[in-house]
Amino acid sequence: MSTYEERNVEPPTTESGDVDGDAIEALLGDHVLDREEHLNADAYVVRADAVQDVLQTLKDDAGFDHLSCVTAEEHEDRFESIYHLKQYDDPTNEVSIVVPTSREEPVSESAAPVFRTADWHEREAYDLVGVQYDDHPNLERILLPDTWQGHPLGLDYNQDKPQIVTFEENKNPLEDHARGGEDSDTMFLNIGPHHPATHGVLHVETVLDGEQVADVNPDIGYLHRCEEQMAQKGTYRYQIMPYPDRWDYGPGGIINEWAYARAAEDLADIEVPEYAQVIRTMGSEMCRIACHLLATATFALDLYGDFTAIFMYGMRDREIVQNLLEDLTGQRMMFNYLRLGGVVWDIPEPRDEYFENVRDFLDDLPAKLDEYHDLITENEIFQSRCVDTGYLDPEVAKNYGVTGPVARGSGIDYDLRRDDSYGYYDELEWDVVTEDGGDNFARLLVRMREIEQSARIIEQCVDLLEDWPEDERNIQANVPRTLKPEAGKETYRAVEGAKGELGIYIRADGTEKPGRFKIRSPAFSNLSALKEMSTGEYIPDLVATLGSLDVILGEVDR
Amino acid sequence: MSSDQPRDSITGTSEPLTDTREARMGEGVDSRFNSKLREAFGSTPFILTKFDKFMNWVRGSSMFMLQFGIACCSIEMMHTYSVKHDLDRFHAGVPRASPRQADVMIVPGTIVSKFAPRMKRVYDQMPEPKFVVNMGNCSTSGGPFQEGYNVVKGAEEVIPVDIHIPGCPPRPEALVYGVAKLQERIANGESSPVTVKPYELEQFGDLDRDEMVQKLADDIDEETLVMRYNWADSP
Repeated sequence: MSTYEERNVEPPTTESGDVDGDAIEALLGDHVLDREEHLNADAYVVRADAVQDVLQTLKDDAGFDHLSCVTAEEHEDRFESIYHLKQYDDPTNEVSIVVPTSREEPVSESAAPVFRTADWHEREAYDLVGVQYDDHPNLERILLPDTWQGHPLGLDYNQDKPQIVTFEENKNPLEDHARGGEDSDTMFLNIGPHHPATHGVLHVETVLDGEQVADVNPDIGYLHRCEEQMAQKGTYRYQIMPYPDRWDYGPGGIINEWAYARAAEDLADIEVPEYAQVIRTMGSEMCRIACHLLATATFALDLYGDFTAIFMYGMRDREIVQNLLEDLTGQRMMFNYLRLGGVVWDIPEPRDEYFENVRDFLDDLPAKLDEYHDLITENEIFQSRCVDTGYLDPEVAKNYGVTGPVARGSGIDYDLRRDDSYGYYDELEWDVVTEDGGDNFARLLVRMREIEQSARIIEQCVDLLEDWPEDERNIQANVPRTLKPEAGKETYRAVEGAKGELGIYIRADGTEKPGRFKIRSPAFSNLSALKEMSTGEYIPDLVATLGSLDVILGEVDR
Repeated sequence: MSSDQPRDSITGTSEPLTDTREARMGEGVDSRFNSKLREAFGSTPFILTKFDKFMNWVRGSSMFMLQFGIACCSIEMMHTYSVKHDLDRFHAGVPRASPRQADVMIVPGTIVSKFAPRMKRVYDQMPEPKFVVNMGNCSTSGGPFQEGYNVVKGAEEVIPVDIHIPGCPPRPEALVYGVAKLQERIANGESSPVTVKPYELEQFGDLDRDEMVQKLADDIDEETLVMRYNWADSP
């Protein structure tokens, strides 16, 4: 097990603590063609053949070690790939690299050799928008079937043209290569897309050597339901907000809505009243508890095949959280509760009763968590399945853009609620949970301890809400009926979802709908690191690792 | 005091017990021991029925669901299976991980182009008679994602469906109601519909070319021997 060494490279900053744009421009030298202002950070337009140079320089000499997201988009006259870079130590230090390419020949250099996470992000960009990347290890479709014609988020894509594929294309994938060849020792095994241990419709192509995993390749896209297209078709004010509920249906609904709200509020310059921020904070922590309970329950189901005890306990406690959320929002899962500039309605009347219910839940929680610890973490069988399996090195994790409980389980102290604070989090007392183990057990412990922290946050929110003066309960800022942010405004904003950094990139085009809407899903990046965790281990440990990653396929595929 | 004389102290203390029981039972004969089934039996322990009818009743009363999670609805489906809602109370509780052991497939989520052929394969692997419950708007029509380039507009484009449950997602109560309706239909003698999709023509290779197969084969246009990923013209 290697220890986590911090690289002591800091980005150049001005006196006020912001990233010093001129110093970075000087660092990148002639590669920079132009400079743009994005709302979240400065952006540098660089040559298409210098991407690796630029990113390597920023990574090594300026400390930008987190490639958060890659957005590709098509303009009237060019294609653009935008690399959103951050720093794990301080994610408010951001910089964006814009790589334009011509429409005739949309080829730019791949960033995959510098940041491993770019591998999947660029495949997605190629799949949906049609930008091609030189020097990419495996540039093929990732979300859509291999037989797909056209790039659906491109400007000249015709959706009405039928996609027709012969029956032969859908034949059994196992028929040909069940074994690696006549004299091979390895065996090819399909796990999924319909499989009880994959948490949805994930397809994992594994190559086994005996019972050891020789190679593993997650194949995603079985739940790609065009979330980005849906958002680009909707108006900012009302029509987009229902969709985020369906990304992470853990249910991380309010957290996801907040991700969109944060980006759009930034874009339209809306100030959210404090009272609404407290309600948002409370709601999203309830969602986090529900998500982590689901993760724990299904993890135990994966390891024990135990449908009767821990799974049922998890569901029992989730029912309570879901009831609280239903009282607050009106729906069990698809809340649609946030609005730009606030929330849709106040705490339900009678308020005292609601607060009492929340407090009852919080009071019972420690005893229930003890019960989980008794059943799971202190169980010898469980420990022998989890401890030292699925090890993820922190440096590798950073390279893959891993965030959330998975990163914190590897000792990376990164939580956007604290580091890039939003809502009411910086006013409250709570701790970021980290574990140094880096294995499946550490990730589980992080989740279970985060439930305690979320409960702490909710408790403080309830106290605040209860004492809030009645005439200052402002749940909604004044927001124009039609929002039309200026054309050319661009922003990338992220919140800490239950699975990690959930970021939204929006480019406004002057209309009431976004010109480009890109979702940076935490589970997508976390899942891409599966290969690092599972290669060389036993196949049952692969299942355990999948469970501890806690992927929600709705969020991976979007 | 001899033992054939009841002692006041004992009869006195037993009173509260019978009070509770009587309060629960109410007046008259205890209706808990007088079920409809027993009424139907009358005084004899034998019943006469048609074997088919008996089999339908059995089939509806013991359904094995396929453990099949697709999207958001599968979370509500998990809640339906577990405590509080507990689908097991309605003879449909234990999800089977293998399609070979399942009678009923709940389709809980959006079907997209990449998944549609896989779902068809899973459906084909289930033994007859098999039933399909569509859970939620996505598997009924595409739901909120209907306009998407990649979304199949309802599971019925791919497999035959018995029950549609609306909702996004339907509450566990709604799913229980849908399953109960399906059981009712099965108990009333409905068996699964058999439909042959054009792209299934290849499967005729194993069949004897009797009249029925020949007719189906004649109906098929060779050029439609494809899977369509998007249904631009479908309703």
